[in-house]
Amino acid sequence: MGLVLFYILGGITIVAALGVVTTRNIVYGALFLLVSLMGVAGLFVVLFAEFLALVQLLIYGGAIIIVILFALMLTRETDFSIATEHRRWPVAAVVSLALFGLLASSAINDSSLYNSDRRSGIGIEELGTGLFENWAVPFEIASIVLLVALIGAIVIGRSGDEEDGGQA
Amino acid sequence: MSLELVDFQILAAALFCLGLYGVLARRSAVMVLMAVELMLNAVNINLIAFSAFRPVSSMITGQVIVIFVITVAAAEVGLALAVIMRLYRRRGTVNVDEIDLMKG
Repeated sequence: MGLVLFYILGGITIVAALGVVTTRNIVYGALFLLVSLMGVAGLFVVLFAEFLALVQLLIYGGAIIIVILFALMLTRETDFSIATEHRRWPVAAVVSLALFGLLASSAINDSSLYNSDRRSGIGIEELGTGLFENWAVPFEIASIVLLVALIGAIVIGRSGDEEDGGQA
Repeated sequence: MSLELVDFQILAAALFCLGLYGVLARRSAVMVLMAVELMLNAVNINLIAFSAFRPVSSMITGQVIVIFVITVAAAEVGLALAVIMRLYRRRGTVNVDEIDLMKG
């Protein structure tokens, strides 16, 4: 059961990711990214991480994809529908394939060290307790990071006529 | 035959390398950002897989780190898209090849 689900969800994830990096239409790329991230959420469920699957659905599906689609609508690029790739894309393909070969071979070589077919999940209570006890300081730092990113995005993204107007 | 850790590792490696290809080969800054999201998700799969296949059932480190990765990814997307919008208003393009102001 788990194996079948893994192959279905993994297939969806990989095919959609391939769509993200190869499609000519940039809006289709964003929608492929949504499909791929939902596949990853499904994989989290296969790994018994239900809370993180929910977080993945909410944050990626609900927030990040919407923001990316907004950015695509606001910076409409007509020239990218024709030429999306670099001239040197074969080099990128070779580098990626080489890295995949390296990672996959090392994972297979070391598989005897870590492998067991025994999976177990973590309850939400345990996760919350750990997050607010052992990881309380990083949690607070993460809240500061979010606040700084929020303020920074507002400052950078606001219209700023006084600087742009002079040089445009 | 049942599900093993190595299956998830290979899947995450494939996803990471697709993201790497996207970062290297794409010319639109927004597409580069989407490829970075793919790479972050590959790392998350690896972390959760290691945490699920671990022997001791009291280690939650993997899942907690994934929460922080998702947090930082959200902050990164917001900031990066603000920078891209600014760039588009100033230069009229988001093609990463044409943004070469600091090229020597």
